[in-house]
Amino acid sequence: MSALPPLTTKADRAREHRRRSQRAITISAISTIVVIGGLVTYVLTSPGWPTVRADFFSWSVFRSSFGSVLSGFWLDVKLFLVVEVAVLILGLIIALIRTVNAPILFPLRVLAVIYVDVMRGIPTILLVYIIGFAVPALDLSGVPTNPVVLGGIALALCYSAYVSEVLRAGLESIHPSQAGAALALGLTPAQALRFVVVPQAVRRVIPPLINDFLALQKDVALVSILGPEEAFRVAQIFAASQFNYTPLLSAAALYLCVTIPTTRLVDRLQARSRRERGGVLVLGPR
Amino acid sequence: MTAVLELRGVTKAYGDNEVLRGIDLAVGEHEAIALIGASGSGKSTLLRCIDLLEEIDDGDILLDGEPITVPGRDPVPARRRLGLVFQAYNLFPHRNVIDNITLGAIRAHGMARGEAVEAGHAILDRFGLSGRGADYPDRLSGGQQQRVAIARALLTRPRALLLDEVTSALDPELVGEVLQVIRELKAEGMTMLIATHEMGFARDFADQVCFLEGGRILERGVPEQIFTAPEREETRRFLARLLTGDRAG
Repeated sequence: MSALPPLTTKADRAREHRRRSQRAITISAISTIVVIGGLVTYVLTSPGWPTVRADFFSWSVFRSSFGSVLSGFWLDVKLFLVVEVAVLILGLIIALIRTVNAPILFPLRVLAVIYVDVMRGIPTILLVYIIGFAVPALDLSGVPTNPVVLGGIALALCYSAYVSEVLRAGLESIHPSQAGAALALGLTPAQALRFVVVPQAVRRVIPPLINDFLALQKDVALVSILGPEEAFRVAQIFAASQFNYTPLLSAAALYLCVTIPTTRLVDRLQARSRRERGGVLVLGPR
Repeated sequence: MTAVLELRGVTKAYGDNEVLRGIDLAVGEHEAIALIGASGSGKSTLLRCIDLLEEIDDGDILLDGEPITVPGRDPVPARRRLGLVFQAYNLFPHRNVIDNITLGAIRAHGMARGEAVEAGHAILDRFGLSGRGADYPDRLSGGQQQRVAIARALLTRPRALLLDEVTSALDPELVGEVLQVIRELKAEGMTMLIATHEMGFARDFADQVCFLEGGRILERGVPEQIFTAPEREETRRFLARLLTGDRAG
């Protein structure tokens, strides 16, 4: 039997493939222009636009205030970096207390449950108020009265409760056979946690952890209610004295400069952990 | 001469489920004993009890003549003198091969890091895993992972090695390389207690074979006798079932 002549060629398929992908690019370009252009036109032609432009996008106000807002933002950055470390340590301690099944820890376990319930249940802004104004009023010696420190403590209390729950989920996701293998090698239970269980648990929950840190990076603005001149506070003062909101917008832009890279980092790590989980399946028995 | 391992009337139950109902067993120096029996006969539980990963309900387990199952006694020192290898390897996926192997030696036995790493590489070379020290476990085949797991248990120089169905999770073509490693250990005189489904291996390798059913050792003897002329009807039935299973497979 002789070979039949091919009905289609590789070149035919390649041409059709190119045509389809060009079509897709064209459609997405047109729809982007229409949607974005429409929105911009809608805003720019609105009756109030000239007022909004003057109140929110004033170049001269921006120039006069940006330096102060930026130095206020530096306080925010320092604050959230320190609080993040405190949150990680405190959160891990609470997570371990709630996970480890030693009878000696029972009273601590009860306290940890109450702590997490209370700290997650109170609005962050109220916690900042309560810690910031009630603690110095106690007039105890050795207790900090600096509003930045107090605000940081309030944020650490709140966020360690969230983070402890994330870490607890991570700890509970590590199969008991891992701890078993560590104990079989002669490690003590504490060593098994430190070298085998905790490192795997933390790795597994890095994306949700960073998510909580992202929220914290924005919530440092709440400390402003206690008085410290961080970015939001500085911008507010300028806005009030100059009857112009441009400083608030520049503060918002500064927050974005930190939070958007963090968001992208979470996306990258999430993609990686998806790949790794695919790999982990290979580890188990068939 | 005292046995390396001695079990006297060991019982273990999970709720109403009696898994071990009075096990008496002695494993002498350089002896290799195979535990055979159907799934659920208590082989794995027995090994986990000996390594003190499970607490026994009654009886005694002695290591070098010294009871290790005294209630309230810290299990860690006894575990350090035993090695246990699991069916599913249980390597630590976040540590590379050499860090898997040396963890116990460094942290549990206080071996210096340099010395442990050197010993680790030597044992990898011996097990045909030269140059794989920096790889993570998920880069290895099942047979390679199980050899790493055996190396990890050996680096702490255990008095006895407990092997729990170490080839059951492997693809058939990978079983041989792991059994070869165990044969070499036997030739060097390692004391071993092995739960296995590999009857051919148990037959030509073990000094003694114990047949377990329903949490009891029903029959014990040299492989020749157990496999060709078992005394108990249950042993005959178990072996016959395996043979027909083999033919069907």
